Amino acid sequence: MAASTGTLDNPVLRLSEMTVGSRGRVTAMSPTCKLCLRLLDYGLTPGVEFTVTKLAPFGGPIEIEVRGTRICLRSCEADYVCIAPLNEP
Amino acid sequence: MMSSAPATLPFVVLVGNPNSGKTSLFNALTGSAQKVGNYPGVTVETSSGNLKLGSGTVQLMDVPGLYSLRPVSADERIAVDIVSGSSKVDAVVAVLDATSIERGLVLVSELLEAERQVVVALTHTDVVRSEGGEVDVPALEAALGCPVVEVIAFQRKGLEELLQTLDSVLGKPVSTGLNLVYPQIVSAAIASLQERFAMAGVDLSSSEARHAILDEDSVFLQQLSVDRPELAVAIQEARDGVSEGGSSGRMLDVQARYAWASHVRSKVLTKSPVVSRRASDVIDRYLTHRFTGLIAFVAIMFVVFQSIYTLAGPLTDAIESAVGWLQGVVSPWLASAPHFQSLMVDGLIGGVGAALVFIPQIAILFLWIALLEGTGYFARAAFLMDRLFGWCGLNGRAFIPLLSSFACAVPGIMSARVMPDERSRLATVLIAPLMSCSARLPVYVLMVSAFIEPRYGPVWAGVALFGMHAVGLAVAIPIALLLNRRILRATKVPFILEMPRYQWPRWRDVWLTVYSRVRSFLQTAGSIIVALSVVIWALTYFPRSDASDAIYAGDYQGLSTSVRDRVSEEAYIGQRRIADSYLGRMGRTLEPVFVPAGYDWRLTTALIAAFPAREVVVSAMGILFGVESDGGEEVKLRDRVREATWPDGRPLVTLPTAVSLMVFFALCCQCMATLAAIRRETNSWKWPLFAFSYMTLMAYAAAVIVYQAGTALGWS
Repeated sequence: MAASTGTLDNPVLRLSEMTVGSRGRVTAMSPTCKLCLRLLDYGLTPGVEFTVTKLAPFGGPIEIEVRGTRICLRSCEADYVCIAPLNEP
Repeated sequence: MMSSAPATLPFVVLVGNPNSGKTSLFNALTGSAQKVGNYPGVTVETSSGNLKLGSGTVQLMDVPGLYSLRPVSADERIAVDIVSGSSKVDAVVAVLDATSIERGLVLVSELLEAERQVVVALTHTDVVRSEGGEVDVPALEAALGCPVVEVIAFQRKGLEELLQTLDSVLGKPVSTGLNLVYPQIVSAAIASLQERFAMAGVDLSSSEARHAILDEDSVFLQQLSVDRPELAVAIQEARDGVSEGGSSGRMLDVQARYAWASHVRSKVLTKSPVVSRRASDVIDRYLTHRFTGLIAFVAIMFVVFQSIYTLAGPLTDAIESAVGWLQGVVSPWLASAPHFQSLMVDGLIGGVGAALVFIPQIAILFLWIALLEGTGYFARAAFLMDRLFGWCGLNGRAFIPLLSSFACAVPGIMSARVMPDERSRLATVLIAPLMSCSARLPVYVLMVSAFIEPRYGPVWAGVALFGMHAVGLAVAIPIALLLNRRILRATKVPFILEMPRYQWPRWRDVWLTVYSRVRSFLQTAGSIIVALSVVIWALTYFPRSDASDAIYAGDYQGLSTSVRDRVSEEAYIGQRRIADSYLGRMGRTLEPVFVPAGYDWRLTTALIAAFPAREVVVSAMGILFGVESDGGEEVKLRDRVREATWPDGRPLVTLPTAVSLMVFFALCCQCMATLAAIRRETNSWKWPLFAFSYMTLMAYAAAVIVYQAGTALGWS
């Protein structure tokens, strides 16, 4: 498992690099960033699993499904979140 | 604070996540009797209304949506202040959306811990059931230790039960059965902190200890570091201890709450929905597609924009002719007192008319906003547009206020409410008046038809018109960047958008949105518009006396017949009256300021007269250039303006002057309704003054540059 975890400095994959339909799990978040407080509010907490559901055109926001809700975040903000890809069950 | 009669009523706050059905519930409970108002000092709005319960009336307040009691944006800070601040809150109705129940439960857990009397209103259970899920309400009550009532606001289901439950809990002691489980590292830190406090002889409960450790913003530590520095050190050590694993206290706290919430969810939603959002996903395949989605967006915006233009036009005309009719009826009654007659007819009734004409545009725009929000399309459009607006510091939701400002800045500014946080809302409000509104068109048309079309043909006339619309937009982008980077101090909030399911709009909510917007515009902005109209009326009317009118009439007789053939006595007296009025005197005084832009005292006076509304400049120029009102004024005015000269005989309006005037009007903020709307939306005079100053300075500078450059390049 350790191999697919990654750290903030050396993430395995960034949220902004995922494709539509792929699944992932949040592995770490920067504990100091203010933006992350907002992500926590939306239920994007370390350990939670999510699915990428949409990508806006021209590098716009990315939509994910997490805890039964759909939220969109900008890729620059998504970069504060470190994730690990999950294989489809 | 002195409390007025209604404030002594029991106070109930409606709290919930954004999009949880909170506003629908509020509308269903209070109906049109709700009062919408700005929270003192900020652009955040709260609504309140009275509720009749069995034991008496209570005041219900709807506050901005919240995710937790740790605010991120200014809106949330207000809501948190109201809910958990020092003010007296007798009960909280927590709206819990069954379709995003975990997130809602996190908020409920914080409300319960804040020791508020909580009644949970569970919404959207119909959606969960329609997708094959099952909801166990007693299990939820057992998990929370507070009453839970299922409500479907638009069908008015559960409302009575909610009111009865609310009535039964009011005045009862708060009890909570909440049991959050924290990771080992946290519970160990809590125990050791309690121990250290006990050794120092201070009693610390385990929830106090937990807050002290996990809530970095708690004031507890600041107080303590003054009173008992050694205990503050103990707290700081405990904080450092728990965050060693790379998580902040806040993260650990939220994680524990979500773990609890997902456990509750598994007990309450006994059968999870199998196929979720199927219909929404099919629609989204087209509406958020990079090609069809953008086409649909453009088409929808075209319809929105077109309907503001075409539907509002006849209604505005009808209001104007009704006001004209009223002026015609009232005028003869007051003929015996001419000053009072003019005050009533031109000042007051005219001013009321000036406020009323905005109603059609406001109503139509908010009808669309309510429909777009109500169906869930708004979030999709913002999703598509975010890239376009994001780079200048705004976000995807800005398209509504900015686009509608091309029709009129007043509804545009009011619709800046759709912006999710105070900072982007203020930035949008301050650049919306730069969008070239329809009231600028008469000025452009006058100048283009007099100076550009005759000489350069219709193609260049079109280019000039388009250019004028582009000027404002081109300036708005750097201004937005500047405002965001340098001027607006509100906290920057990340743009996270929630995608609700598509649903049919609820007509009651749509109607209440339109109704409350129109009403609040008339109540606040409307009175400012009327007051300013009367001031401007007085400046153009006074000083006036029969003696001076007699002198003007005498002067007219002394003019040569060729001049008298061209200008009627009535028009000549009107021209002299305005020239000698306070406004005309201001124009003469300010003339030296505007000479570098190519304007004489007449154009300067017309500019000042157009302060209440830009389009007034055309009729003011009509009076100043001695055009009588008998129809066909536009053609005559065009000719008069072309013939007008400086005292030394040089033509007054040349091509550089014409372009400079257009640029001035494209950039200035000559519209008291806009300023009144900014005042209403920002709840202070600071921002309307700021908008007026920056736009006027910019307009003046641009006008001078255009005139001087044009003259230097030899345009004539």
